[in-house]
Amino acid sequence: MTAVAAPPPGGPASDAPPDTGREPGTAGSESGGRRSRRGLTPYWLLLPAGLWLAVFFVAPLFYQASTSVQSGSLEEGFRVTWQFSNYTDALGTYGEHFLRSFGYAAVATALCLLIGYPLAYMIAVRAGRWRNLLLVLVIAPFFTSFLIRTLAWKTILSDGGPVVAALSSLHILDVTGWLGLTGDDRVLATPLAVVCGLTYNFLPFMILPLYSSLERMDTSLLEAARDLYATPATTFRKVTFPLSLPGVVAGTLLTFIPASGDYINAQLLGSPNEQMVGNAIQKQFLNVLDYPTAAAMSFLLMALILIMVSGYLRKAGTEELV
Amino acid sequence: MRLLRRNAVVLVGCAALAYLLVPNLVVLLFSFNKPAGRFNYTWRTFSTDAWTDPCSVAGMCNALGLSLRIAALATLIATAFGTFAAFALARYRFRGKSTTNALIFLPMAMPEVVMGASLGTLFLNTRVEFGFMTILIAHVMFCLSFVVVAVKARVMSMDPRLEEAARDLYAGPFQTFWRVTLPLAAPGIASGAMLSFALSFDDFIITQFNAGPSTVTFPMFVWGAAQRGVPVQVNVIGSAMFGLALVIVLAGQLVTGRRGKP
Repeated sequence: MTAVAAPPPGGPASDAPPDTGREPGTAGSESGGRRSRRGLTPYWLLLPAGLWLAVFFVAPLFYQASTSVQSGSLEEGFRVTWQFSNYTDALGTYGEHFLRSFGYAAVATALCLLIGYPLAYMIAVRAGRWRNLLLVLVIAPFFTSFLIRTLAWKTILSDGGPVVAALSSLHILDVTGWLGLTGDDRVLATPLAVVCGLTYNFLPFMILPLYSSLERMDTSLLEAARDLYATPATTFRKVTFPLSLPGVVAGTLLTFIPASGDYINAQLLGSPNEQMVGNAIQKQFLNVLDYPTAAAMSFLLMALILIMVSGYLRKAGTEELV
Repeated sequence: MRLLRRNAVVLVGCAALAYLLVPNLVVLLFSFNKPAGRFNYTWRTFSTDAWTDPCSVAGMCNALGLSLRIAALATLIATAFGTFAAFALARYRFRGKSTTNALIFLPMAMPEVVMGASLGTLFLNTRVEFGFMTILIAHVMFCLSFVVVAVKARVMSMDPRLEEAARDLYAGPFQTFWRVTLPLAAPGIASGAMLSFALSFDDFIITQFNAGPSTVTFPMFVWGAAQRGVPVQVNVIGSAMFGLALVIVLAGQLVTGRRGKP
């Protein structure tokens, strides 16, 4: 932050290539060529990245907005007819997919927090000299393509495999079956498998922010709490957890947002009964070629996520973030 | 029992770590399998066939090569552009800075389907032919933000006095940048580049919307194979990637560890 307050004169990067060629154009205003050049340096530096994002990220969103109110077919072409029924139709047909997406994503996020917190805490507070090795092991699964890893869950959870046999003999499948998460004594092609895959795929996105906020925590506060006769549970509730809140907020967002748009886990580990909204968008866009509906659905998905996230951030307190 | 309770965190943490690593071990194990049918889901007999001849599957190594080329190019472009932008955001005050920050943050906070479908819609509407270029454009788009964040964090934590000292010692702006600023920023740039290579190499969702029918990247090959039956060679590539990356990271840790902590 301090570096921003006092930009070094003639900044270190002022000799970056985009700056030089266009000098005459900026010197047109007679108020001292050198000063105006220095003032423009950040804009030249930002130009390539900014232009790229404007053309290939922002413009597509506008295109999509216009596509979402078009009607027509692939043969006769699509035209903007302000057909807002695309939205209501999408909600009517795929409302269940939306609900399922947010439901699965919420459960997966909660599970990630439950599983990820102890691991992040262990690495940040208890690991000592093993810390770096453990961090490598957390990131390590990333090194194998995630589609391959997701397919590995198919092997792990296969019918008659050791995992299903163990869960069955421990009567866990009876419980999950009663909850509607599994059925017929199998895990694959059930909601449980999809949630398991989602949790697995997004767990590192929860662990890393949690770790970075826990690592910054002053451990002498924990000792102080103990000296003041706080039980471990109280220490956690009153000291550790509040201090890790920025990590919790960042981690839940990094898990929930991509999980609610994911369609890979539902496709590979679920059955047609577990399809999420991502599957529906993908099908409309790539198979049915009904671009207006696909656009309306992805716009709805984005809007709903934005609403939920802003509500959540207001509740969690944004001022503690960043 | 007391010991167990005191170390509950460690136990749960280790279980979580196992949850993260078990799929990788399964991939490794089944890379030595010799499956009977098309599906490599049940263990049959040990075999190293797939390891000795990984490219025997039609199309897989072409897809792998394409993914590597796209990842290398996307990393090059995204790292260069992202580093410029990171310096602008970390070192200067200018109008529109918060808007720019938001613009750079947004791609990271948006579901991939939305980004993939909207960019695909743009290409469709402007009748751009899908293929190598559209994939590259999409990959640079989503890698940029990650590079900016990584480099910015590093530049912000750099001590500006080191550059002032260089100038006091009569280093020119170019010399200061080349000899002081860039080496200081290098770890941030390197981690941004590594991240964008990994992201680009592994991306499936955005790629699927922007690839068209004839350009097949490695993740797309795996996706297609998942419907027909995944060949053992896919496990070989997955395990090889895992091993290679692990060696690189651990070697990097050893090197930085020996140099002493900053």
